[in-house]
Amino acid sequence: MTIEELEQIAKTARQEREKYDFEVNVCMDLACASQGAGELKDALVKAAEASGKKVCVRRTGCMGPCSHGPLVRVDPEETLYHHVKQADAAAIVGHLGNQPVAPLQCDLHEHFDKQVRVVLENAGYIDPEKIEDYIARDGYKALLTVLMEMTPGGVVHRVTESGLRGRGGGGYPTGLKWSTVAKAKGDLKYVVCNGDEGDPGAFMDRSVMEGDPHRVIEGMAIAAYAVGASKGFIYVRAEYPVAVSRLTTALREARRHGLLGNNISNTPFNFDVEIRLGAGAFVCGEETALIASIEGKRGTPKPRPPYPASSGLWGKPTLINNVETYANIAPIVRNGGKWFFNMGSERSKGTKVFALTGKIANTGLVEVPMGIKLREIIEVIGGGVPEGHKFKAVQTGGPSGGCIPEEMLDIGVSYDALLKMGSIMGSGGMIVMDDTSCMVNVARFFIEFCMTESCGKCIPCRAGTAQMYTLLTRISTGTGTMDDLAMLEELCATVKETSLCGLGQTAPNPVLSTLKYFRNEYLEHILHKRCRAGVCTMEGIGTELANEVTA
Amino acid sequence: MPAFTPPPLPSEDKRWKIVNGTMRKNGFARHALIEALHTVQSSFGYLDDDSIRFVALSLRVPLSQAYGVATFYHYFTLKPPGKHTCTICAGTACYIKGADKLIAAAEKRLGIKQGQTTPDGEISLMTARCVGACSRAPVVLYDGQVRGEMTGEQMLRQLEGWASQ
Amino acid sequence: MSQVESDVKTLVIDEQEVSAQAGQTILEVALENEIKIPTLCHLEGLSDVGACRLCLVEIKGNSKLLPACVTVVQEGMEVSTNSERLQKHRRTILELLFAERNHICSVCVSNGHCELQTLGQEQGLTHVRLPYRNPELGVDASHERFTVDHNRCILCTRCVRVCAEIEGAHVWDVMGRGINSVVITDLHEEWGKSTCTRCGKCVQVCPTGALFDKSKIGSDHPKYPDFLPYLNLMREAQ
Repeated sequence: MTIEELEQIAKTARQEREKYDFEVNVCMDLACASQGAGELKDALVKAAEASGKKVCVRRTGCMGPCSHGPLVRVDPEETLYHHVKQADAAAIVGHLGNQPVAPLQCDLHEHFDKQVRVVLENAGYIDPEKIEDYIARDGYKALLTVLMEMTPGGVVHRVTESGLRGRGGGGYPTGLKWSTVAKAKGDLKYVVCNGDEGDPGAFMDRSVMEGDPHRVIEGMAIAAYAVGASKGFIYVRAEYPVAVSRLTTALREARRHGLLGNNISNTPFNFDVEIRLGAGAFVCGEETALIASIEGKRGTPKPRPPYPASSGLWGKPTLINNVETYANIAPIVRNGGKWFFNMGSERSKGTKVFALTGKIANTGLVEVPMGIKLREIIEVIGGGVPEGHKFKAVQTGGPSGGCIPEEMLDIGVSYDALLKMGSIMGSGGMIVMDDTSCMVNVARFFIEFCMTESCGKCIPCRAGTAQMYTLLTRISTGTGTMDDLAMLEELCATVKETSLCGLGQTAPNPVLSTLKYFRNEYLEHILHKRCRAGVCTMEGIGTELANEVTA
Repeated sequence: MPAFTPPPLPSEDKRWKIVNGTMRKNGFARHALIEALHTVQSSFGYLDDDSIRFVALSLRVPLSQAYGVATFYHYFTLKPPGKHTCTICAGTACYIKGADKLIAAAEKRLGIKQGQTTPDGEISLMTARCVGACSRAPVVLYDGQVRGEMTGEQMLRQLEGWASQ
Repeated sequence: MSQVESDVKTLVIDEQEVSAQAGQTILEVALENEIKIPTLCHLEGLSDVGACRLCLVEIKGNSKLLPACVTVVQEGMEVSTNSERLQKHRRTILELLFAERNHICSVCVSNGHCELQTLGQEQGLTHVRLPYRNPELGVDASHERFTVDHNRCILCTRCVRVCAEIEGAHVWDVMGRGINSVVITDLHEEWGKSTCTRCGKCVQVCPTGALFDKSKIGSDHPKYPDFLPYLNLMREAQ
């Protein structure tokens, strides 16, 4: 495939689209699909055929505001319809070329206006199973440009210049990681994409893999060229069957078009990608555990150093980046590192995709420039907490993150600011909680998660999380004492400072952050046996003695 | 040393050929263990000693290591699933929106705990660690079909539907 | 810098200046200089996994605690092995171990020869503040010579490593995960019916009374893992 051939494909795809007067895009991402988008699309196709109008009905990836689904967008007018039912298909097609169907129309200007779409630029605009759709929107142009015009060092430089930091949560500078792998000695190197989105409440990576799979593959291929790798793996959760199938199709299409394989674009560059399935282990998001899992072993982490950059998969230098990190690469190559660098805040550049969920009006995927205030995300883009209830906290970073209270909402979102608040950026889950959530209960929920997801290799994480769970259970059932609270805090410190990997080191964060901002709730449970949210039933009261006997 | 010959297929059952196919595709390399176990589970519904032994011997992975892997990953199950499976997502967003109440209601209705199958082998009750449909929480999967914004009533109706079949 | 110089590192451990060969771990260098760092999963002759976290040390300029068993020395490193912070964490980790399963020294075959017991004494652990978990765990006495009592297992995986790395049999491994992890033989089958070679190395390396020789019940049962470096030395020469 040469650049000319690529442009020809893009041209043909555009000409194909010009044959139609209207495009009806149906979001078929998981959330909309769960509300009947599949049947809706079939009905729209039928209605379009019956109408005699020149209409193209297209299946797309996530359009964003999932709580409004099933979503349909009609182009070229860009009319967005929400809560569309199968029965609405005829009306939508019937109104094409006339006034939109008013009752279905949704006005989400405030929701969209604050967003900047880089990673999600194609989401809702392309059919994820059609490589032509991706190519028509500048897909694979970056890869071929890199192969023709740039040196591997030049690519690393551009990524470094962009200021991009790892989107998996840690925020390690991507350019630095690439240059380390590029400098590592080895005739065989690997590029791995971490698609093990195990963080409950986060689905950005799923949406990208399902809605725009070629973007991930292109990013990986550019990375492989930059660091000198010839083989790649995408590690995807088995819980994401659609992502697996979309990626499989995308890989096959990319190979068929000569965008993967040997001598890509008649250059000496060889690269191909294999999919590896996860099997339900949160810890495999940790890079050394992920490597063990790809090697077919138990996903237990290893002490670092050595880092995967020097000794990773089968002992070879290995570059591991998250889905969203790779998804940023093609636009950075196309638009330049400076373009990316100019977006965002001082030390966190570019945009970040968040999965906004919980007690909020507009749930779904949003992409915002770094530095935007949390309040803007929650109140403007998210539409705030539905009426009748009061905002209590927003949880970021999943089981490794923390709960941020109302008074911190005016702080801009960045890796460093979130860390300072006792949470982390994480992969991008953002769960809004209102006054019906009990913070002790939430902390217990996350510790239970970490306890069952702990691999069991190191003692502090294995036994420490289990003990923390016992103590939190005592507090939330009304049998906790102030001594239990003191012990809990001591355990937090030991688990955080002595655990082997990131899972254990961050496991106490949900407890520490709720203790920091909502200590009163803990004290109420212990001293007054009261749960202000009414979540904890205090069923343990009166059984303290029994507990002591069995303990 | 003579070349390695993989063990014979455990039985005439055609599904073993599918499992063997996955291993052959990976050159019977040890690192194909998880891939092969996935194929066993998708073909047979679960893993048992015979299938783990067959895969382990074919890939020359020590038995204890293969069993260690099969029990490390929660996606793998060592018990045969029921005819129908009701999976309640217990991710954070679902939890905040009352997944724990759904789980309690389903446990009460079916008379089993999560992770178990009804004695008649009809319905398995499972929980999932987030299926990524958080914006439609709480989410329940009926035989793999994702359904969002589930109420206890809707869920019980589905369970009744299965039970009355 | 000449080649000779770069092969030798000088560093400070607990305010004592020491020299080391490049590639040595902090633990090795500390031992050479009679500086004692507590260990549990580490055993000379086996690969290191850095799992027990007892050998964590502080390194000046690094906010993270690092395991001495796998951290390689660097020129000018300043290591502190016994700070108050480390002592506190070590005691908590030992408490976690004692509360995790059912460790009752008075009825244990390894009483007086148990590394966990010794560490508890050395680290000044007088009582356990955490609730005991009291899990219901079994004892497998199906083997003709040995017994495994999971109540006393601390999951250090020395048995797994010695069986895989030295004996070459890999009969032991860990099943499950997290707090539910258990060491198993073969497909979680009875030890006596497993592919065990009956060499007994796992028993000798087990730091507690989890693996023991049936003939030693009721008598003193010290363990002798010192054969490992010797075996490795002989193998290297081949």
